[in-house]
Amino acid sequence: MPTESISGKMKNSNLTGWALASPLMLVLLVFLVAPIIMIVVVSFWGATEWSIYPAFLFDNYEFLLTSDVTYRVFLNTFKYAFITWVCTLLIGFTVAYFLAFHIRTLTWQIALFLLCTIPFLTSNIIRMISWIPFLGRNGIANSTLISMGVIEEPLEWLLFSDFSVILAFVHLYTLFMVVPIFNTMMRIDKSLIEASVDAGATGWQTLWHVIIPLTKPGIMIGTIFVVALVMGDFITVRFMSGSQSANMGRLIQNDIALLQYPSASATAVILLITVLILIGTLLRFVDIRKEL
Amino acid sequence: MRNNIELELVSLTKRYGATVAVDAISYHFSAGTYACLLGPSGCGKSSTLRMIAGHEMVSDGAIIVGGRNISNLPPAKRGTAMMFQNYALFPHLTVLDNVAFSLAMKGVDQKTRRARALELLELVDMTLMADRLPAQLSGGQQQRAALARALITKPDILLLDEPLSALDPFLRVRMRAELKKLQRELGITFVHVTHGQDEALALADEIVVMNNAKIEQAGKTRVVFDAPNTAFVARFLGSHNVVSMPEGMVAVRSDALKVTNDKSAKLPGTITNIEYQGTHVAVTASIANEQEVTALLSDKDFFGNPKELGEVVGLDWEASAAHALAS
Repeated sequence: MPTESISGKMKNSNLTGWALASPLMLVLLVFLVAPIIMIVVVSFWGATEWSIYPAFLFDNYEFLLTSDVTYRVFLNTFKYAFITWVCTLLIGFTVAYFLAFHIRTLTWQIALFLLCTIPFLTSNIIRMISWIPFLGRNGIANSTLISMGVIEEPLEWLLFSDFSVILAFVHLYTLFMVVPIFNTMMRIDKSLIEASVDAGATGWQTLWHVIIPLTKPGIMIGTIFVVALVMGDFITVRFMSGSQSANMGRLIQNDIALLQYPSASATAVILLITVLILIGTLLRFVDIRKEL
Repeated sequence: MRNNIELELVSLTKRYGATVAVDAISYHFSAGTYACLLGPSGCGKSSTLRMIAGHEMVSDGAIIVGGRNISNLPPAKRGTAMMFQNYALFPHLTVLDNVAFSLAMKGVDQKTRRARALELLELVDMTLMADRLPAQLSGGQQQRAALARALITKPDILLLDEPLSALDPFLRVRMRAELKKLQRELGITFVHVTHGQDEALALADEIVVMNNAKIEQAGKTRVVFDAPNTAFVARFLGSHNVVSMPEGMVAVRSDALKVTNDKSAKLPGTITNIEYQGTHVAVTASIANEQEVTALLSDKDFFGNPKELGEVVGLDWEASAAHALAS
């Protein structure tokens, strides 16, 4: 009898487990899995100038993967992601380091941390657009530099260039680097740093041999945020490059504007696979599970 | 083996804002001694150790090692090494790399530093664990690894911050024997911070009892234990009764206290507790002014003349067993 009641209980707790997980599962199924399946399905559909029709064709992929435009845009997407990653990492690490190791009281740490998040109270687009009057041909930056006598002609590359795109990306996404790195750094036992100093390590040696290795999971999480956000972006590239550069997001957006949904879906699938491979590779190097 | 590098604290002071954590303490540690800084939490013993290590700035006074004032030197230039309370092993490095860390920072080549680290691991009997990560070690093994890491710098003085507090009682007794053995073999000075009096008595050649940022009493362990100067020291070291007598406060060791039926005994008392401890029996009696005293009787003495709870007895001691206390 007891065995029966135990197995009965097990069945019961199994059921409870499924019941508890089902709301989240339902949400993920409806809002994540189903749309992705839909995109994959549509990516095989056919299209003419005026219609799209259900089919199972490889035309979209063939066109995409044989076009030299795709590769150039892909390369550009990677370039944006890489340069933005380097800049956000350097700035994010420095800010997090300052907050975690140079600010002594928790109150000030929290206060300064909240200060970092204040720009996020305004919308993405507004923060981005506010660069335009600053960087423009007759903008604040150029007129200041001219009046200071540093330059004679306005700098053309400040706005509607790769520079302005990356500047906006860095401005928008650095916080996504600061937060996870700060979080990991706060968990580093301060006595480890004393132990390092006790062993005769200089400040740089402590940074390189103790702090950076222990901050790796945070760096990795920040990297995933930033890379995923930059690779999937289209609006920043459009506004800040003045529609002069393109990335994968812009390609998809263009297709959608022309109602070429199958082609847009195929591009989206390729982008998704690329980002997943990228993140998968990153995760092989660092175990982030203990951060979650 | 014994080295002759002495450690001296000269009116060493630590202030945090308005609070004084260590108040102008002076003490001379002899060379090659095992010294314990003993006191309740917040008495300033850890701050003292951290100042010697260089992880805390000295507010006033000086720390002299081998005739040289090291108060303002960086930790690695002081000839001291510290073993941290939670061992502070680098979680991302193997035991071997942890031990070899300071050599790596000095730029010693890998082969030499591996060989040297293995020597140290041999010393603490951890050769087999060389390739493990700290998380894969037990508490005792982590402590050995931390010891090896501290000793690889060839320190003149090893500073230990509550090294045994993270271990279970059984392991604690074993590790303290190993610490003592290691200190004897190396012949260097160990300064060990603890709040456990049994640990301090078992290990220390010299004992420094601290309270309220000051040294309450310091000297050879036996001298301090046999003749505590103050009621605080007598109570903190344990095994002493502090009794208020007409001539003032005196300390009487528990094992010097006799329980008799004699009417001429120094104090009358009523037995409130009898605790059998195997080789000994602890008899607690309440005496005048709501004071309590404990007599430690050998089991033979007690069971030769057993007493009951609530029995009125006389408490007596030899005149030479009582030590007058400075309040």
